[in-house]
Amino acid sequence: MIEAEGLTKYFDDFLAVDHIDLKVPQGQVLALLGKNGAGKTTTVRMLTSILRPSAGWARVAGFDVVNDAANVRGAVGVLTEHHGLYARMNSVEYLEFFGNLYRMKSVDARKRGDELLEMFGLAEARKKRLGEYSKGMRQKLALVRALLHDPAVLLLDEPTSAMDPESARLVRDAILTLRSSGRTILLCTHNLAEGEELADQVAIIQNGRIILHNTLENVKKTLLGPAEYEARLAGVLNGWQPNLPAGVTLQERGENWLRFRVDDPQTANPILLRSLIEQHLEVVTFQEIEHSLEMVFLGAVRQGEEAQE
Amino acid sequence: MISALYPSWIVARREVRDQFRDWRIIFPIVGLTLVFPFIMNWTARQMLDFTADYGATIIADRMVPFLLMIVGFFPISVSLVIALESFVGEKERSSIEPLLNTPMQDWQLYLGKLVSSTIPLLFSSYLGMTVYLVGLVMNKVVLPEFEILAQVFVLTTVQALMMVAGAVVVSTQATSVRAANLLSSFIVIPSAFLIQWESLTMFWGDKSTLWWVVATVVVVTILLVRVGVAHFQREELLGNEIDVLKVRWMWRVFTRAFRGNARSVGEWYRRILGATLKRLTLPIAMTLLVLVLGTMIGSSMVDRFPLLISEEQIENLDENLTQLLSVNMVFSAGAIPLIFWQNFRVLLLALIVGIFSFGVLGVLPVMATMAVGGYLVTLLSLNGIPALNVLMILLPHGVIEIPAAVLATAAVLQMGAVLATPTPGKTFGEVWLEALADWAKVMVGIVIPMLVVAALIEVLVTPRIALMVFG
Repeated sequence: MIEAEGLTKYFDDFLAVDHIDLKVPQGQVLALLGKNGAGKTTTVRMLTSILRPSAGWARVAGFDVVNDAANVRGAVGVLTEHHGLYARMNSVEYLEFFGNLYRMKSVDARKRGDELLEMFGLAEARKKRLGEYSKGMRQKLALVRALLHDPAVLLLDEPTSAMDPESARLVRDAILTLRSSGRTILLCTHNLAEGEELADQVAIIQNGRIILHNTLENVKKTLLGPAEYEARLAGVLNGWQPNLPAGVTLQERGENWLRFRVDDPQTANPILLRSLIEQHLEVVTFQEIEHSLEMVFLGAVRQGEEAQE
Repeated sequence: MISALYPSWIVARREVRDQFRDWRIIFPIVGLTLVFPFIMNWTARQMLDFTADYGATIIADRMVPFLLMIVGFFPISVSLVIALESFVGEKERSSIEPLLNTPMQDWQLYLGKLVSSTIPLLFSSYLGMTVYLVGLVMNKVVLPEFEILAQVFVLTTVQALMMVAGAVVVSTQATSVRAANLLSSFIVIPSAFLIQWESLTMFWGDKSTLWWVVATVVVVTILLVRVGVAHFQREELLGNEIDVLKVRWMWRVFTRAFRGNARSVGEWYRRILGATLKRLTLPIAMTLLVLVLGTMIGSSMVDRFPLLISEEQIENLDENLTQLLSVNMVFSAGAIPLIFWQNFRVLLLALIVGIFSFGVLGVLPVMATMAVGGYLVTLLSLNGIPALNVLMILLPHGVIEIPAAVLATAAVLQMGAVLATPTPGKTFGEVWLEALADWAKVMVGIVIPMLVVAALIEVLVTPRIALMVFG
């Protein structure tokens, strides 16, 4: 698991990360969202014991990032923003090299590497020089490198950004499999749909501060309010006066549609539907309006900016 | 211990393999190892024949080991380029971060890269020198004596390490190969001076001085390696602001370290300067040792460079002295700034050479001064002038000048020591600026006032004592 409290980082006088608290239990995925320069990379580097926190503490896979740096790095698999492969090596040599650095025997590193190359569709290119790899292939190989030593915690920075849709699907499925096998994953991404699909928790970082951290459901509720439902009607709403049950408010209305905000859908929705029918409105469809992570992110960032002003 | 070296071996092995896959590295290595020595053989033969025509074979004889040194130096000069590429190139291509994410320790990565940048080129250098020597034998040229050969091989080895270690220090301050290449002049220029110095010593045929050169280069190399280990930190390696010279930040760090948090001059003297002087205890002791050593060396030089003063000269000493004192500006206030500036300039020189050698060469000015003093006192006493008389004209200002020089030199030594000490959380630049502030504190707070007083005494008191003693 990943835990951090009051984690802070100064570069000279510049405050890059400002007292952030994080808690990602084992087997969960946290999507860390933020604009460029918000502090995501610095946070990840502190969690991998590359940067020393100026204040606060963090524990990753049970190890303190300052006092147990080598153990932290041994327990973590990191996909960095820049993949930094060695152009004159092939993938087998490359993975053996990193396997050795992660204290794996060459034979084990090669075996595990072959499995992962197969899994990510790179087996055929295993003897090709890495300089000849496409951008997507490089990203997949960097991910393979991060998974090579079977780490308990994964810190993934934009894992699918350079990939075609098919490869991206493959990687997302792999992340879901890793999550279900008990790996703790911190995912830095700009792809909000990906974050929404994979994450159990969302944290939004702005100017080095976590401005929001909760489960996706709670975040949506907190930021965008109660769930919204839309009723599409067969006829036109001429002169209809709303007579709504408690806990339901009319948000918007069109010629043949109504949009409600419902505090407690379990109780209120059946009453609302009955009420609409009793009012002689012919309901064609009644469905929840999806609150996307993008709406959450933009809302949170806007709120954060307003608060700062 | 062996298992701790395993990650370094893994890194070194990969880097060496990578080097041998790049024709741009292989080509100069092969050329410099297997072609260049033959050109040097031909040059040696030509020179020997030419100088023999004029009966000046000693010149060509001295050139033979010099050419050996050049044959050895050319391949190792490539190691500088490889080291810069290995350290900064990885930063530039962002391939360093995955390495930093592994459980490897900073020193293990440093050692792996140091070895991989040095060893292949060093072997190529040995091979080149062997080819050159074999060529000499085949050309029936008399080989230089074993001691000189050993010195050249040792110098080549140490210089290779020194350049690579220097490249690492440069690399910690650069984020691009271009910037590192520009900064590498800090290695190339001192190395060029060193080669010139070594050549000169070799032509002179002074083997004992050449061993001193070897010893100095070994010490500087050890310090450079130490500085490299101290500053090859993950945090510093990933810094991306170091290509920009932040003058305001530099000034802030310097003034903060200089002033401390003192609220008055008195408090600054008591607390801030007091703490700095406390840190200088060991460097002061070391400088005193150098001082004694310098005096002893100077004194022993009398045997090598004896100078007999005639009785007539001794008899006329008072007259000459009076004449000398009347000609020069002694007794006049105009000489005070000149003497002050002369002494200050020497201490400034100690700082400058100290910066380039991590303090090591910073002791040379004070050592040389004491050697001259030791030589003079011994020489004059051998010529019948009592040492006490000589000391009476050296000591009135010397008792102030010498401690001032010791303090300033100790601050330069401390600067080198601080740079070679790991300082987690601080950048190389920060440590360097703080060390410079320490030197400035000692200079402003103590040394400069002492030098002013010493100059006053030297102008107003010493000449009177001299006249009193010899007049």
